[in-house]
Amino acid sequence: MSTIDYSVKIPNNVDLSGDRTLQRALESWQPNFIKWWDDVGPEGSTHYDVYLRTAVSVDPQGWAQFGYVKMRDYRWGIFLNPAEQDRTIHFGDHKGEKAWQEVPGEHRANLRRIIVTQGDTEPASVEQQRHLGLTAPSLYDLRNLFQVNVEEGRHLWAMVYLLHKYFGRDGREEAEALLERQSGDENNPRILGAFNEKTPDWLSFFMFTYFTDRDGKFQLAALAESAFDPLARTTRFMLTEEAHHMFVGESGVSRVLQRTCQVMNELGTDDVNKLRAAGVIDLPTMQRYLNFHYSVTIDLFGADQSSNAATFYSSGLKGRYEEGKRADDHALHDQSYKVLEVVDGKLQEKDVPMLNALNEVLRDDYIKDSNAGVARWNKVMEKAGIDFRLSVPHKAFNRQIGALAGVRMSPDGRPVTEQEWESRKNEWLPTDGDRSFVASLMKQCLAPGKFAGWIAPPVMGINRQPVDFDYVKFQ
Amino acid sequence: MTTTTLIANGILNQHLIDPEICIRCNTCEATCPIDAITHDDTNYVVMADKCNGCMDCISPCPTGAIDNWRKVPAAEPYPIDAQYGWDELPPALSAEQLAAAASDVQDLSQAQAVIAAAAESTGSGTGSSTSTRASASSASSVEQSVQESFRAASFGATVPPWSAAHAYTNLHGPKNPVTATVVGNINCTEAGFDNETHHIVLDFGSMPFPVLEGQSVGIIPPGTDATGRPHVARQYSIASARNGERPGYNNAALTVKRVTADHEGRPVRGVASNYLCDLKVGDTVQVIGPFGHSFLMPNHPRSHIVMICTGTGSAPMRAMTEWRRRLRKSGKFDGGKLMLFFGARTPQELPYFGPLQSLPKDFIDNNFAFSRVPGQPRRYVQDAMRERAADLAALLRDENTHIFVCGLKSMEEGVVLALRDVIVQAGMDWDGVAARLKQQGRLHLETY
Repeated sequence: MSTIDYSVKIPNNVDLSGDRTLQRALESWQPNFIKWWDDVGPEGSTHYDVYLRTAVSVDPQGWAQFGYVKMRDYRWGIFLNPAEQDRTIHFGDHKGEKAWQEVPGEHRANLRRIIVTQGDTEPASVEQQRHLGLTAPSLYDLRNLFQVNVEEGRHLWAMVYLLHKYFGRDGREEAEALLERQSGDENNPRILGAFNEKTPDWLSFFMFTYFTDRDGKFQLAALAESAFDPLARTTRFMLTEEAHHMFVGESGVSRVLQRTCQVMNELGTDDVNKLRAAGVIDLPTMQRYLNFHYSVTIDLFGADQSSNAATFYSSGLKGRYEEGKRADDHALHDQSYKVLEVVDGKLQEKDVPMLNALNEVLRDDYIKDSNAGVARWNKVMEKAGIDFRLSVPHKAFNRQIGALAGVRMSPDGRPVTEQEWESRKNEWLPTDGDRSFVASLMKQCLAPGKFAGWIAPPVMGINRQPVDFDYVKFQ
Repeated sequence: MTTTTLIANGILNQHLIDPEICIRCNTCEATCPIDAITHDDTNYVVMADKCNGCMDCISPCPTGAIDNWRKVPAAEPYPIDAQYGWDELPPALSAEQLAAAASDVQDLSQAQAVIAAAAESTGSGTGSSTSTRASASSASSVEQSVQESFRAASFGATVPPWSAAHAYTNLHGPKNPVTATVVGNINCTEAGFDNETHHIVLDFGSMPFPVLEGQSVGIIPPGTDATGRPHVARQYSIASARNGERPGYNNAALTVKRVTADHEGRPVRGVASNYLCDLKVGDTVQVIGPFGHSFLMPNHPRSHIVMICTGTGSAPMRAMTEWRRRLRKSGKFDGGKLMLFFGARTPQELPYFGPLQSLPKDFIDNNFAFSRVPGQPRRYVQDAMRERAADLAALLRDENTHIFVCGLKSMEEGVVLALRDVIVQAGMDWDGVAARLKQQGRLHLETY
């Protein structure tokens, strides 16, 4: 079933009305969700008509329908990719068996944990981005922010549906808790570190959507391989939405770079002070923001050696990125993988069982993907004839999780003393000064077709609309 | 499902992804229902030989990078390896570049590209509306949405049979057409029917215009179109043998169906077809060409020819049959067989029906299929082919067999599927046979 029923309170393509108990449970969760949205959703946006993309079905033709919608009326709901008939498990110890339509008792706790962790990140993003609308550099960007927000909200719905439908009372309690935790809350923070960081300015937002939402891509892709079929189908559809978030980040940073390069060429300078005075973000600051978001995000993949990861894989809960495209035995029992460790102050590689290193495998896939995008950013400078290139820092730089946690490392992968770290960390990570400078540029610019001075316009509008289209109408 | 036209007039509207905008999110690859999109570490790319223009990938793309198209000669799409190396999309080919590049493109495509380019240069736009063959189909019939995942056109050869004679092409372009004189114009369908088809003979006088069976020419109608621009050329297949409709004279015949309705049945008068059908002996016409260098008949004595056509798609079949008939007296083709599958709505509308009936049975194996005979079930060429599966299979086992398909585009898929069924049912391997037919220039598709 691919068409989504919008005539009901909770739009869905899972025949919700055929399961009255579940329907009632979700309908009682819904007011809490709306309250959460009102409390911590995009600030001051209640009456805006936003040119949003909404799915009417989950097939390629129907899922991207554009129109003006008030965000609070966005049709949040439950959309799963169509079921694949007779799908079998294609990795782990259950390889070849039929995919599960229900949660096997022995994997219940682990599956719940995976779903809750994923679900927790979704509202967290909205909370982190709550105030950004007030400093949007254009209508176009404001609309993109709101699109990201409503879809993060829907991703929360996706996970909540799984919790309610398959995890009984535990699931309902976990679903409630998803709305109780809050990003950055000292007493009840979000589960993962990166989701408690602030997203105070648009450069952080772009870096976040580029790096952190890309983590989402890899996590969702790994879950889309799951033997638990409802999870696989849910995350497959979420991946389609997630792509927009990464687009906002990649194109956003690219446009900031483009504008900076333009001003550098106009003024004929790479002097940071002159550039800042001219109202653009200098390239070394961009590099520091990159270093921060990248290092915080790669922590999201977890410890480099993890018995949980091995269990998740062997039991079929979570595959690798593009599991189906890999040509190995998909069991990985006798294979090894290289992870980094520090011995006598030096970084070295060691072989560990592949199954235990699956977090690292996913992290490395992510790193490769991230690097490719940074190379695309560098083309902006290349085209502008500017001799500056961004690079991702070493994998061991600024890590808080795993064997590399607390190891002091320069961005180029050189172990440094605590003393050197202290004296040079301001070269490597954004300083308070950087952040306050960037914050000083953040002023709302909402005339159609106008853009703040620190960012270039996009190459094309959304849904082939012109760049000066009225993406948000203020009532 | 929304689809987009991929191939029209020998020009492929190639689906490409803009590497400058694409964020490599994998959505397109995950969405594509036929795995026509792939990637390496650098770029996401669309495989031109797989993409069927279904457009499923368009709306899920968050960036718009997926919605990029370049017109290229159908035989020369940008290959995957080239796309992997791109930092940005290549510039669009100009009309002149397309025409020049398209001069090597297979038969029908070749001529249509030239004509399309000529249309472009006169400002009339390109595409199907500017060129058509002699047929009932309105100009828009060339514009055929590619909706099937089974792409029959991909099975057609782009090389001629090994024993084909060398063809001259492009001797006369739109800027220097040849003036030919009408020396014959007769209705070759039963008189009195709406859909009359004319057999028109043109004499080139002392101008060189060497043509082979299977080649085509372009005719430029006089006057101007609705926008005041000169009409562009329309393409017609040669219906006569290489040594002329009248042997020993510098002439050639065309088969022209008078167009009186468009595809939806709305009345419309085809500009070129009505001009041609109304010509009197002694009138002159402007001709360009010849076009085509692969839809050519084999000439070796053991070669068999299977001809499958509808309507004016019979023109090249009539040409080949006539050349074989003339040579038959020499005894050269005793081993080579001719088998014809010919479709029309009614016997009365079937061009050359009378003359075909009078050919000896041991010379040509005729199979007719009529789709609109009152009181009889509709029957198409592919039905006739399936009925003759055993004999067709025997011919297909022989590497001397060449297959020519010509007629309305809508027949192409059915015919190729029928061929496949015949081959599979005969216990042969379709992929292997199809690949050999294509590589050896033994299966030619010319539809419009």
